[in-house]
Amino acid sequence: MILEIERPLLELESKIEELRKLSTDGRVDLSVEIKALEQKVEDLKKDIYSNLSAWDKVQIARHNGRPTTGDYVEAMFSDFFELRGDRRARNDLAILAGIGVIGGRTVAVIGHQKGKNTKDNLKHNFGMGSPEGFRKAGRVMDMAARFGFPIICFIDTPGAYPGKEAEEKGQYEAIAGNILKMMSLRTPIICMVIGEGGSGGAFAIGVGDHIIMLENSIYSVISPEGCATILWRDATRASEAAKALRITSDSLLKIGLVDEVIPEPEGGAHRHPEEVFSRVKESLIRNLGELCSIPGEEMPKRRYEKYRKMGVFKEENG
Amino acid sequence: MSEAKEKPEELWVKCQSCGVPVFRKTFIENMLVCDKCDHHHKMPARMRAEILFDEGTFEEWDENITSVNPLEFADDYEEKLEKDKVKTGLKDAILTGHGKIEGYPVSMGIMEFGFRGGSMGSVVGEKVIRLLEKASEKGMPAVIITASGGARMQEGMYSLMQLAKTNAGVLRMEEARLPYITVLTDPTTAGVAASYASVADIILAEPKAIIGFSGRRVIEQTIRQKLPADFQTSEFYLEHGFIDAVVHRHKLRKTLARLLAMFNGK
Ligand SMILES: [Zn+2]
Repeated sequence: MILEIERPLLELESKIEELRKLSTDGRVDLSVEIKALEQKVEDLKKDIYSNLSAWDKVQIARHNGRPTTGDYVEAMFSDFFELRGDRRARNDLAILAGIGVIGGRTVAVIGHQKGKNTKDNLKHNFGMGSPEGFRKAGRVMDMAARFGFPIICFIDTPGAYPGKEAEEKGQYEAIAGNILKMMSLRTPIICMVIGEGGSGGAFAIGVGDHIIMLENSIYSVISPEGCATILWRDATRASEAAKALRITSDSLLKIGLVDEVIPEPEGGAHRHPEEVFSRVKESLIRNLGELCSIPGEEMPKRRYEKYRKMGVFKEENG
Repeated sequence: MSEAKEKPEELWVKCQSCGVPVFRKTFIENMLVCDKCDHHHKMPARMRAEILFDEGTFEEWDENITSVNPLEFADDYEEKLEKDKVKTGLKDAILTGHGKIEGYPVSMGIMEFGFRGGSMGSVVGEKVIRLLEKASEKGMPAVIITASGGARMQEGMYSLMQLAKTNAGVLRMEEARLPYITVLTDPTTAGVAASYASVADIILAEPKAIIGFSGRRVIEQTIRQKLPADFQTSEFYLEHGFIDAVVHRHKLRKTLARLLAMFNGK
């Protein structure tokens, strides 16, 4: 998958690669030309990545090469044991859950799992959770709280699955139940938006003590396409909607709905995943250290205060 | 919907379901329920308060909290808010307060679909949590009558956060061991369904209300098939185990009084 914004960059890079091949044959010295092109690449990068629009970020956040929950787990945890099924009906592969070890600490991990290609995506239903997935997440959260394990949630979903069975099985109740649960748990919860934070389906595992977003991830109450359809009956105006909804990490940090933003290496997480894993791991270990020093029974009170304040309104007298 | 208020000069109103004209006076006496087909029309929040509470007992809370445009959302959001204020006589999509039902003290939130489709933004969230906080402090049961298409898009992520904020209020009621009852009316979908509407001790619904998370059209587009007519109705969710009872509007006051009496007599 090639993003429109990175196409000129990728073209330049492949040209450099070609020249290098010619150079190593030893017949011609192209070092001057290569150097010039490399400078051009740097300039172009600066130009592209310092001016990303909200819509550009939507594309980066949805990139199918972007690391998924499973990739983070594999790269950052010294051990991980997957926990499957909701103990009621089914194992929803749109949600990955388990216990793992990071920085010497046992934690519960819950995340939306997207696929890398079409086949993989069909298996994981594009990371769109069903009630069974959210209820699996819920039972793992309960277990974590019982043993005092902190919970780490990786958010990466277009939204909750809009399917027939999902509605029959109470999609809305599954989401509401998790939100209520997460408000009350006596263990730290860290939520990390790694790609798409799609509305209720994201928020079903999104209530926590420390909310982190990767720089190019997005978090929104409605998809830009959905918003554009409602406002202008025209889904192609999604880029305008993306801007109006303030769904980027910097704007959400500014209004205080997000606590931390992790900068991505130039070009986005899909271009340098290893670097991203190490930054995310550093942040998680630091935040776990801080939150785990707070007594468990304080956590629901702190969370209450945190969410109690969210919202902007005006109160007129009389 | 609120024809009764909009065109008071007309003697007849047309049922929105069967199309049969109903004598206005009868329609209002019937609590906006069609006497031919039993369709429950959407009811303005203030009218509902009048019908449910013992006469003269209702006292409003937090009536002066009003929306701002926190994201400076570019469509004519502020204009729409002003229009709906005039239309509904409310400052946002919920009326809250307390009163008595057959003598039992109860706090109540009544959502107003006529105000921005009952959408939940910062004001609805704040009024719901204040309602539940006050109820838990005063040791009063709480009832919320929902009517909402979901979160308010124009307030972006602030709206999504209200799902947690309102549920925090529900948690207060749980901790205080006070009964929390919801009545889902047409429609109760998306963000409101996925928060305080569905985590109550007792969940009632009016007949044939549309309830659910995703919209019918989105589901049909996703699965590429037509959904049955009764999909996502009160009766559908009663059958699937998500609602305790479907209660006719004419019996709602009596039903609430019975429940309040039972919780009171523990
Ligand atoms: Zn009728």
